[in-house]
Amino acid sequence: MFIANHPAHPATQAALRELPPRAGLGLKTGHFREVLGSQPDIGFFEVHAENYMVDGGPFHHFLGLIREQYPLSLHGVGLSIGAEGPLDKQHLKRLAELIRRYQPQSFSEHLAWSSHGPVFLNDLLPLAYDTPTLNRVCEHIDQVQNTLKRPMLLENPATYLGFQRSTIDEPDFIAEVIRRSGCGLLLDVNNVYVSCVNHQRDPLAYLDALPLHAVGEIHLAGFAEDCDNLGDRLLIDDHGAPIDQAVWRLYRQVLQRIGPVATLIERDNQVPAFAVLLAEAQQADALLRDAGGRT
Amino acid sequence: MSTQRAFAAALIDTRLPCPEGLCSANGADPASRFAVYRNNVQGSLINALSDSYPVVAQLVGDEFFRAMATVFVQQQPPQSPLMCRYGEAFADFIAAFEPAGDVPYLADVARLEHLRTLAYHAADALPVRAEQITAALADVQTLSELRFEFHPSLHLLDSAFAMVAIWGAHQHDSTLAGVDTHQRQNALVLRNGLDVEVFALDPGASTFIRNLIDGQPLLKAAENSPEFDLAQTLGLLIGRNAITHLNNKELP
Repeated sequence: MFIANHPAHPATQAALRELPPRAGLGLKTGHFREVLGSQPDIGFFEVHAENYMVDGGPFHHFLGLIREQYPLSLHGVGLSIGAEGPLDKQHLKRLAELIRRYQPQSFSEHLAWSSHGPVFLNDLLPLAYDTPTLNRVCEHIDQVQNTLKRPMLLENPATYLGFQRSTIDEPDFIAEVIRRSGCGLLLDVNNVYVSCVNHQRDPLAYLDALPLHAVGEIHLAGFAEDCDNLGDRLLIDDHGAPIDQAVWRLYRQVLQRIGPVATLIERDNQVPAFAVLLAEAQQADALLRDAGGRT
Repeated sequence: MSTQRAFAAALIDTRLPCPEGLCSANGADPASRFAVYRNNVQGSLINALSDSYPVVAQLVGDEFFRAMATVFVQQQPPQSPLMCRYGEAFADFIAAFEPAGDVPYLADVARLEHLRTLAYHAADALPVRAEQITAALADVQTLSELRFEFHPSLHLLDSAFAMVAIWGAHQHDSTLAGVDTHQRQNALVLRNGLDVEVFALDPGASTFIRNLIDGQPLLKAAENSPEFDLAQTLGLLIGRNAITHLNNKELP
């Protein structure tokens, strides 16, 4: 059913896994000085690319110093790879410049859209999974990888609804994008759990339908609880809480399947003290160690 | 037909119905699921404004601010994925927003907060050392043609209100007791090292710096300004590392 093509830059597993197989943390502006002062034993830091698309000032000052001491993952939230329109070439140029400046071990973006025409919606919005979307996403990823001259990781989404016109199951869609484009998978375990609860799916079956060989990084985060008009559980991927026990359990299942892979603890809202995030990272590090990694 | 166009429109304009063609596995009303995206979009954009304009938010209170920001978001959603740029037009919007009319200085406080954001992220530049500047000022051969270039973070703002004092009062106790809000003030905003600083200037000093920015030589810039304390103003610019280039070539 799919049009066969071959990725221009088929990436080896090693090329997708340049980050060390350890726990990392999202770098928060409020933690810059503490990180530099205390030099915590952390596998890597991750930043949102768009926050650093500024000319100068404290953001670049601190990221430059921290980059000298830690591996870095650059995580985009504004490229809108799933958009119906073309990619923003200016934005791609800014990404290329950031990558040149900081030489991150990994660059990742989302299977989602966030812009329509000139309007940026500042959220990761869901896609209808059909052949036209598949072709478009693959073209956009080709364009990204050709411009940046490196493979990227694509993150599986957390979604709250589906589209009547979808004809492809989400994990199959992701598998086909990865097969065609040669990009890797950023496996967000929280997103797997959130989406599976919201769409009444079995998380393990979903996980096993994904191309786990292509995982280059894992994300863990917390969610918020809501409910829909039927009173059913509706989980919101808000990055505003500690990681849920159910997500930790699913994470162990992932590590059993693929061994230790760089794992980010994500927290973007209600950011606690650095020590609290560090404790969650240590918890992930212990599991990574158990899974056979070095720490 | 564009699915994303209808989806995007209904995210921004909360009066529009939930888009067609959506579904949920449990048969729940798609509108109750779509509401999550709408809340995320509206909430994140309003939060972005409240992060960028904390003193404006304090001046009018959280509830009023969020209501005002909601109208702004609907009229002027972001045009760039760089959220630090969102809200460039917020001050002009506030100036025309009638319900805020009884806080006449609100728009200028917003302008000041926006300049602080610009200064925070402005390009880096090394200051000229104080000794070099002193030497240039002492050189009678070249003084008449001495020009300055300033740090990219340096901005001026003139207001019919005491927006520097109002802003300053909200850095600690958030009280305007003792502030004459209707006193004219001229602000100087710059980043000194990693810190953004705000100063109130005399009108003459403000004009002088503006003349320098326009490329006038130091002496002309001073002559073309209302009375002000030249030594004190130069001391401020030197002390805050604002001068990043001297142009003191001799005349041919």
